[in-house]
Amino acid sequence: MKKYQLDLIVVDNVMVGNSATLLTLTHSEPLPEMIAGQFAELQVDKAKVLLRRPISIHNVDKTTNTVEFLIQIVGEGTKELANLKKGDSLNVLLPLGNGFGYAGTTQSPLLIGGGVGVAPLLHLGKELKSRGITPTFLFGGRSKEHLLRLESFEAVGKVYVTTEDASLGEKGFVTNHSLLIDGDNYDKIFACGPTPMLKAVAAWAKEHEIACEVSLEHKMACGIGACLCCVENTEEGNVCVCKEGPVFSIDKLLWNN
Amino acid sequence: MEQLKTNIGNLQLKNPVMTASGTFGYGTEYADFFDIAKLGGILVKGTTLHRREGNPYPRMAETPSGMLNAVGLQNKGVDYFVENIYPTIKDIDTNIIVNVSGSCIDDYVQTAEIINHLDKIPAIELNISCPNVKQGGMAFGVTTQGASEVVKAVRRVYDKTLIVKLSPNVTDITEIAKAVEAQGADSVSLINTLLGMAIDSERRKPVLSTITGGLSGPAVKPIALRMVWQTYKAVKIPIVGIGGIMTAADAIEFLLAGATAIEVGTANFIDPAVCSKIVDGIADYLNRHNIPSVKDLIGALEV
Repeated sequence: MKKYQLDLIVVDNVMVGNSATLLTLTHSEPLPEMIAGQFAELQVDKAKVLLRRPISIHNVDKTTNTVEFLIQIVGEGTKELANLKKGDSLNVLLPLGNGFGYAGTTQSPLLIGGGVGVAPLLHLGKELKSRGITPTFLFGGRSKEHLLRLESFEAVGKVYVTTEDASLGEKGFVTNHSLLIDGDNYDKIFACGPTPMLKAVAAWAKEHEIACEVSLEHKMACGIGACLCCVENTEEGNVCVCKEGPVFSIDKLLWNN
Repeated sequence: MEQLKTNIGNLQLKNPVMTASGTFGYGTEYADFFDIAKLGGILVKGTTLHRREGNPYPRMAETPSGMLNAVGLQNKGVDYFVENIYPTIKDIDTNIIVNVSGSCIDDYVQTAEIINHLDKIPAIELNISCPNVKQGGMAFGVTTQGASEVVKAVRRVYDKTLIVKLSPNVTDITEIAKAVEAQGADSVSLINTLLGMAIDSERRKPVLSTITGGLSGPAVKPIALRMVWQTYKAVKIPIVGIGGIMTAADAIEFLLAGATAIEVGTANFIDPAVCSKIVDGIADYLNRHNIPSVKDLIGALEV
């Protein structure tokens, strides 16, 4: 897929909970096609931080020609992105990496997200729904304020949640949820979130012989496979998460479970 | 554009802007963002005799106005390059230059010999300055004896333009530059990354898997400029200036300090089309100052 460097315009930028922002961008021309699971590299004020910030594509709306990014505010770079105002211009590289393999691979998908890892699953859920496939979402967070934009997901499919402190849904991790007691209900799992969660999900999927794709988050510089900084060790050796991923089939990963 | 043309010995460049090895892949990664044939040259990813997996993740740390990397020369080896990559890049209308690295002199020699047979590769950049591999790499670049030996051995088998990339992690870079000039290097490129370190205080752990890594980006530019200036006064062979170049103005500073050409590295990660802008910016500068040729800028610093 051709990659673009575009100056996008901020349409909206609103806080979600107390530590994330929902950034909506548009362009003077139609935005390029973006596959669920792909990401973008967002330019930050160079005086603040040097490198771009890789952020997954949260939602695409063709009728309004907008793309949304759900961004956890964790450091200087994401803080700057949260400070962008309506009308500001933002230089963006997109679409980058490989998305989820959802076309024709599943009839009953389970989409598992942890914390801000829910971000790419909205675009994915909507893509599945547009193909007549109703996704089920299973989200986990430390507590209810870490579960982001549940109402947007509920408009797309059934949403189940777990929290570590039992403030919402079932207590525990996503892999403890009662939904997984009968794992045969699902034919494919798509997951994004912290690595320990992804490893637990991958182990569960293997045990139940369910196909599983995970989206990894590694520190990146270029985002296009040039600098070789964001590698993950796979059966093919070290590969760039930005170029060969960020979505990987768990069969390719050397997670030993 | 005649006024932008320059040359490194026999190597003709359409302009002085090249890309630093390890920051531009094999060029094709950037082809969506601008016409890469616009470049004076592309220094492709560091190539070794045998396949190297590189260092474990994490390999990168962002630092004030810079970044540390510890990639460790991950590449599939020179044979893979010749069979699978060379055919896909050989017809790009610019100088494709292979950065050659090794762990011992024989590795450098064998790799250079293989590259010497490739018609469309007019030059190599001998990397005697990689700080991220345990053996070799920088070990050759930090003593005049080590640098002399490897350049002498490669010069015997390599008959095209030989550029030697120098390490800044030395007491006096001009001594190394003079040593490689004496062994027949056609040019020196400088600087490679500066050895640095980043610590995560919360976890009390190093950020990089290798603990130390190579610093690049705008943070290193003043050091690089100083070293180019010192080297310009010490050797007669052309210099390729590298270190934190983000803009055309930065590139021109290196030319004024004595560089004949420049390489852009870390800036490619921030703006994948930056090299195109630097080429245009240098042309604008020449026009604005009524300077007929970019060669007139080399070492033209008024002191």
